Amino acid sequence: MNSILQRYSGSSAGGRLSKSVVEDDSDFSDAMWGSEAGFGTLAKGVPGFVVPSVPDPAAFLRLHTDDHADPSCRIKIQHGTTTLAFRFQGGVIVAVDSRATAGSYVASGTVKKVIEINPYLLGTMAGGAADCQYWETYLGMHCRLHELRNRERISVSAASKYLSNLVYSYKGMGLSMGTMICGWDKTGPAVFYVDSDGTRLKGDLFSVGSGSTFAYGVLDQGYRWDLTDEEAQELGRRSIYAAGHRDAFSGNSCNLYHVKEDGWKFIGNYDITKLHYEGPGNVAGSPGHGYGYDLRVEGRSSANPPEVAAQA
Amino acid sequence: METSFALTGKGYVIVAADTTAARSIVKMKVDQDKIKDLSPHLLMAYSGEPGDTVQFAEFVERNIRLYQIRNLYPLRPAAAASWIRRSLAESLRSRKPYSVNLLLGGYDTSLHTPNLYWVDYLGTVVEVPFAAHGYGSYFALSLLDRYHDPEASLEEGLATLKRCIDEVSKRLVIDPGKYKVKVVDKDGIREVEI
Repeated sequence: MNSILQRYSGSSAGGRLSKSVVEDDSDFSDAMWGSEAGFGTLAKGVPGFVVPSVPDPAAFLRLHTDDHADPSCRIKIQHGTTTLAFRFQGGVIVAVDSRATAGSYVASGTVKKVIEINPYLLGTMAGGAADCQYWETYLGMHCRLHELRNRERISVSAASKYLSNLVYSYKGMGLSMGTMICGWDKTGPAVFYVDSDGTRLKGDLFSVGSGSTFAYGVLDQGYRWDLTDEEAQELGRRSIYAAGHRDAFSGNSCNLYHVKEDGWKFIGNYDITKLHYEGPGNVAGSPGHGYGYDLRVEGRSSANPPEVAAQA
Repeated sequence: METSFALTGKGYVIVAADTTAARSIVKMKVDQDKIKDLSPHLLMAYSGEPGDTVQFAEFVERNIRLYQIRNLYPLRPAAAASWIRRSLAESLRSRKPYSVNLLLGGYDTSLHTPNLYWVDYLGTVVEVPFAAHGYGSYFALSLLDRYHDPEASLEEGLATLKRCIDEVSKRLVIDPGKYKVKVVDKDGIREVEI
């Protein structure tokens, strides 16, 4: 009884020391791992964190991770990314790149930046990879609990609000995430932008990350509400390509999802270099050639010789 | 932050620059012309450190004019770009370098080609089919990768420029405001309204 009391009485954020967390773990067999959506230690109650034993852990973290103020800092958090999502007549398109960088180092080119929360909800990942992955999976747990308690799927609005309230409670403690919660509920297709400042915005079209400006450039100009499914998928792909091409911190490949009334569907993974030279291949909405500028304008010239000179 | 664009088309170059002169958070002037006519077939849009910009632009203007007076013919765009680059490169290693970024648009009357040069304060020159300086470039370059056509008519070229300007005013926190647009082709330089 005392142990249960102890378990629930500690404050969640950093109240408990690592020792007690380890002790909690030993109550369960290794078989627990992999169940509870990977939240083996959390399934039992309020989550707790191991924090540095200094007076102000948040300041301590900032000291060692702020690579703007101090490029030689020891811990470099993954920052560069391009993600986008937009709502249109046929549902929601979600497209992301797959590059993870730590400072100027390309740490991985095969990151899954779309988090499949449940068959009707997708979350995108920009900012701290771990923060997004952890909290969006955690959000998935609570969406399931909502289903069980209310015999009804959670709305995209409620799910995103849950996440925004959650990250807001950690404001100033170093969380870094910029995410879009996308899905289909009773109200139809929905996209919400949520970030670690606590901002939550409902909208038709968002792009997040270092390459977002480049994606917006193509996305805004090609966007219409009455896009066909093929056109919309092509626009998502083309916009991520634009960012992968122009932004050094984005690239490698593009992952494309389409959310419709019956849930999300993974459309495909497209190598950005391949998109540049060959295009997306034999898929819906493909232009039939590479996206690269040089390929598109090959053989075309701005020279304008007069007729006489042309004949000579 | 100042924004400038330029793009080539069939037999012409369009150069556009915003017309705001700002100091700190205040707009001091909203109809400033930041594009100089260097010669009958050469345009230069300049942006950067206030003071340096106009000083450097006038220095270039006078020297290009001097060459024309001495030799009775003007420098061709490639030669002018080369001379301007060298001026910036020498300035860079001086006690007080010019912090000026340029877009040079010219029409080569001998080769019948429009030429566009992107130049920065470090003395980088690159000949490009389209170019941009300032925060606007973050939105315009990907757009131009997608929509620019080297064989576009002037109307199509201006429509593409309009896309860039609209996109920047839509997405950039501070709208750069109005733009001055100039075109150079075989007939020389003229200003166009958009």
